[in-house]
Amino acid sequence: MRLKLFRQHPLMKPLSAFLFLLLIDAIVIPGFFQFSIKNGHLYGSLIDIVNRASPLILTGLGLTLVIATRGIDISVGAVAAIAGTVAVLLLASPAFAHNPMLWAVAAAIVCAILCGIWNGLLVVGLGLQPIIATMILMVAGRGLAQLLTDGQIQTASYEPFFFLGSGYLFGLPFSVYIVAAVFVMMTGLVRGTALGLFIEAVGINPVAARLAGIRAGAVMLFSYALCGACAGLSGVLICSNIQSADANNIGLLLELDAILAVTLGGTSLDGGRFSLAGTVIGAMIIQTLTYTIYSLGVPPEFNMIIKALVVVTVCLSQSSELKKIWTMVRSQLPARYVKKTS
Amino acid sequence: MMNIAKLTAMTATPAFASLTTVVLLLLMLVAGSYYFPGFGSVQVVFNLLIDNAYLLVLAIGMTYVILSGGIDLSVGSVLALTTMLCGFLLQTWHWSAPLVIVTVLALGFGFGVLMGVLIHFFKLQAFIVTLAGMFLARGLCYVIGINSITIDNGFFTTMSQFQVTLLGGFISPGVIIALTVLIAAIYIAHYTTFGRTMYAIGGNEQSAQMMGLPVGRAKILIYGFSGFCAALAGVLFSFYMLSGYALHAEGSELDAIASVVIGGTLLTGGVGYVAGTVSGVLVLGMIQTMIAFDGSLSSWWTKIVIGGLLLIFCLAQRLMMRTR
Repeated sequence: MRLKLFRQHPLMKPLSAFLFLLLIDAIVIPGFFQFSIKNGHLYGSLIDIVNRASPLILTGLGLTLVIATRGIDISVGAVAAIAGTVAVLLLASPAFAHNPMLWAVAAAIVCAILCGIWNGLLVVGLGLQPIIATMILMVAGRGLAQLLTDGQIQTASYEPFFFLGSGYLFGLPFSVYIVAAVFVMMTGLVRGTALGLFIEAVGINPVAARLAGIRAGAVMLFSYALCGACAGLSGVLICSNIQSADANNIGLLLELDAILAVTLGGTSLDGGRFSLAGTVIGAMIIQTLTYTIYSLGVPPEFNMIIKALVVVTVCLSQSSELKKIWTMVRSQLPARYVKKTS
Repeated sequence: MMNIAKLTAMTATPAFASLTTVVLLLLMLVAGSYYFPGFGSVQVVFNLLIDNAYLLVLAIGMTYVILSGGIDLSVGSVLALTTMLCGFLLQTWHWSAPLVIVTVLALGFGFGVLMGVLIHFFKLQAFIVTLAGMFLARGLCYVIGINSITIDNGFFTTMSQFQVTLLGGFISPGVIIALTVLIAAIYIAHYTTFGRTMYAIGGNEQSAQMMGLPVGRAKILIYGFSGFCAALAGVLFSFYMLSGYALHAEGSELDAIASVVIGGTLLTGGVGYVAGTVSGVLVLGMIQTMIAFDGSLSSWWTKIVIGGLLLIFCLAQRLMMRTR
């Protein structure tokens, strides 16, 4: 009985997929689970995966809430580019000579939040379809970021800034702490308060939610703003890691990977059902998959194909139509082949 | 004097948005020839067609999908895959040009049909299925080869360099192919039962089903048509560039969607014209031409202006929906 409950837990599918992937890695990649300590820093494949996955996890977390309200945000890559560019540009600006890091990062996040609010206003205020509303910023946003840097790659020279994306604290990469903090804060926000319930209600039926007294518009606007903030933070992390701002390439195709991470984590694209922990696992699956592909010596070209097949498989496994067809097929089979389920 | 009611009635007709785009296009042409010497020539307009023939074909397929209430994000990748396949089959396997073209067109159609089947039978979101298609096609490009393949096949180079003289200027065979597709697409959309079924599905899929229309078949064929158009656009792109490359036309799916929206097709489906898409494509091309003529503006202004135009047209669409 308890086992059954355990098996039906929504996180069971992504988690078992992740463990399965790790199992494969443990068998085929020698020393996958080995950790070593160099200069007081913990090194190892898993650490590397977590570190590289952190921008994706952050973006995915924000996107989860938007998708839960039955929306979508395909501008996250562009928002990451804008935020990263703003941060790097401000670090070099003389106006922020006093404690530049705090101000630069804060300004970048504020820009990202404004981008999110812009998306939210288009969706909520004007009633545009989310995919189109956010496509406007996706197209124009990268152009704006390039406008800021005049099309050049802007290098950052402020040392403490690099700590965000490539520094170590207590032996672990600092980005891990950022991801953990954001995850804990967001989980607290949506599960500790009624906000999560509101988001789910809006995702299931916006009209019914509004009639039930939920300010659906405000909930959606908030989720887009938060998604913007998360994308912005991941943009800052990416820039800090590569120590420069390349407006043309920061967060390129990030939106696709983020959507994939959210879907893999068991959040329904039809809205109403979401799992933040699932998204984290989803992002980890993607990064582990990439790592595995590289380590196995499979040409990296196959990476996209494998991702595509994974998306289709996951979506099919969530599809209720497939279950119906499967049930139909089973009822056609002779009775002795069908295991009794009562 | 035209009163308000008449004005509202006029803006509420489905053709209004498409007409606005045509007016915008003419305004841009007039403004361009006023500001830039040599802009107002026939050849500039023809060049617009030559440079954007592939986008036109891509956008026609996209118009069908959007009219039926769906979306197809895979078209840009299918285009790239087609250029790659053309290059590979011609240069490495030395197939004849007609055989290659027929093969890639059939593959494009099949790819679209496959996505249509997933969307229709398993009730998956068009958005996510075609996203997977986008990954798959782009990934297959890299499997064929990471580097660009130069095409030196006789037929392809002829198609690339041949010029059809017309009205004191010239156009490429690609333009003729694109315009033929356009005429066929307009005919199918407005004068066949398949076209009417497409509009009906876009208007309300459930109603279309209840009316006894072959919704499933139509939907799958629409995605098949979009895949076919993407492959044809890929062939045109190979003529134009004479190479196959995995990074060809990156992001062109967004250009195609933008053209369709600017051309006046409602994204919710059911309302719009294939002909409107032409003006959308030409407006996008015109922006690029003007930026090229100006010379001092950088290429990223293209993205910002396209984003701005998208916004304006989406707003206009909302207003139209409200007045109706």
